[in-house]
Amino acid sequence: MNIYVLMKKTFDTEEKIQISGGAIEEEGAEFIINPYDEYAIEEAINLRDEHGGEVTVVTVGDEDSEQQLRTALAMGADQAVLINTEDDVEDGDQYTTSTVISTYLKDKEVDLILAGNVAIDQASGQVGPRVADQLDMPYVTTITEISVDGEEVNIVRDVEGDEEKVQTSLPLLVTCQQGLNEPRYPSLPGIMKAKKKPLEELELDDLDLDEDDVEAKTETTDVFLPPEKEAGKVLEGETDEQVKELVSLLRSEAKVL
Amino acid sequence: MTTFLAFGEARDGELRNLSFETIAAAKQIDENAEVVGVVLADQNTENLANDMIQYGADRAVVVEHDDLKEYTSDAYTQAAMAVIEEEDPDGIVMGHTSAGKDLSPRLANKLDSGLVSDITNVDGGEFVRPIYSGKAFEKKTVKDGLTFVTIRPNNIPPFEKDENRSGDVNTLEVDIKDIRTIIKDVVRKASEGVDLSEANIIVAGGRGVKSEEGFEPLYELADELGAAVGASRGACDAGYCDYSLQIGQTGKVVTPDLYIAVGISGAIQHLAGMSNSKVIVAINKDAEANIFNVADYGIVGDLFDVVPKLTEEIKAL
Repeated sequence: MNIYVLMKKTFDTEEKIQISGGAIEEEGAEFIINPYDEYAIEEAINLRDEHGGEVTVVTVGDEDSEQQLRTALAMGADQAVLINTEDDVEDGDQYTTSTVISTYLKDKEVDLILAGNVAIDQASGQVGPRVADQLDMPYVTTITEISVDGEEVNIVRDVEGDEEKVQTSLPLLVTCQQGLNEPRYPSLPGIMKAKKKPLEELELDDLDLDEDDVEAKTETTDVFLPPEKEAGKVLEGETDEQVKELVSLLRSEAKVL
Repeated sequence: MTTFLAFGEARDGELRNLSFETIAAAKQIDENAEVVGVVLADQNTENLANDMIQYGADRAVVVEHDDLKEYTSDAYTQAAMAVIEEEDPDGIVMGHTSAGKDLSPRLANKLDSGLVSDITNVDGGEFVRPIYSGKAFEKKTVKDGLTFVTIRPNNIPPFEKDENRSGDVNTLEVDIKDIRTIIKDVVRKASEGVDLSEANIIVAGGRGVKSEEGFEPLYELADELGAAVGASRGACDAGYCDYSLQIGQTGKVVTPDLYIAVGISGAIQHLAGMSNSKVIVAINKDAEANIFNVADYGIVGDLFDVVPKLTEEIKAL
């Protein structure tokens, strides 16, 4: 089975966010594989181990993205592709990214594409479904279970907490939700092997695309931090008094009861 | 005059609240726009269309088809595209719900359009959306062409219902075919009681609740308040409750008017799911718990003492 994983590098979830010059300050920040994409990588490796084939991890990013791709290879992916848009694309959006990815994939033999259901930085959740549509492929989002039997695929997906059982077939794109699996940590031998695994680097030119083909349809005009919250009021006294005061404040001051 | 499509979302024969929020959002984006309510469902579409109109839509377009009973990307794409082709709108507003998240990127792609997802506010022609799990916000605009946005539930207030309002309802016949994903079964886990993502009040428990039984006082308080019950990842991981209740970076993002955090320490991943709530109450034994940094009101104390007393106090109102 030819399995592709769409991966994005994101800020470490613990990073403090700072703004400089109308954008998120990236200098000195730690980057990780988007946590939802880790589920995709783990599942891809398991499906390959069960059914044979190859796992290729694809990312659209810059030269620093190699680090996250090597981590994916160390987990067990077979090869990686870095589509480096650093020099060509200044302010891409989800249209940009999905167009780049689907152009790369359109002449490949693809059985299954796995992606995270959302990235924890921009959190639009658009790229997976956009890529599927561009490749005219069915897709199922927020999956928590998948089994492949020949062409037939059975899936459980999370729909706002409910479980939906879906039957479909390959070729297919799925986006992964928490609960699908527990992503492994790369082992030391895995890390050693990853250094020698193939990592192909491409630019827009190599895909016969130019900047205009992938020009963003939306624009970010400002980035700002949430307003500083004033310190809350910790209530004093015996429990009975605290509870009475809380209810009174919720009614008269906060007006939410 | 511009035309905006406001997509309602039917569930079990009723429209979800955010259906009405899409109408208000469309008017906020362009106050002069003609707002067309759209209902895609397997039944009762005429009534639902009238609901859309009474909540502020100028008229409505519906598609009624057996294949629209449960959401599938293929069936809903065909129905939505039929409406879009008929109306040739300047803007589209949808809910950022499970269905909206699944459908909107595909429609945007078909329409060769941008899409601004998960907006919480409209500011002139600019859309405000949380990024980095709510640790920052960005303002986005659409460069040209269609204005297509999805709105986070519970952020843009709907108009008051006006029972006297009426408007045209147009029914489109759509030939839905080639559905490539078949729904075999739906196991309802979350839908009992109040929907978390649309709840005005949420009572959420964390590790401090200590056990499945420990959630009982929270359910009793929630019942009294007409609230939904949620949980932190810690409580879910410990097996105190189902993952369908989880609020946080993984899990649901909620924006209720009142969020009561009970025995929740306030890990950053949890704050990502709830810190934009309008009023936050924290009840925790540990006075140093991080949750007190985002809370408007805090009670330092034993939740098994505080919560039942709070329930009694609410009951007495």
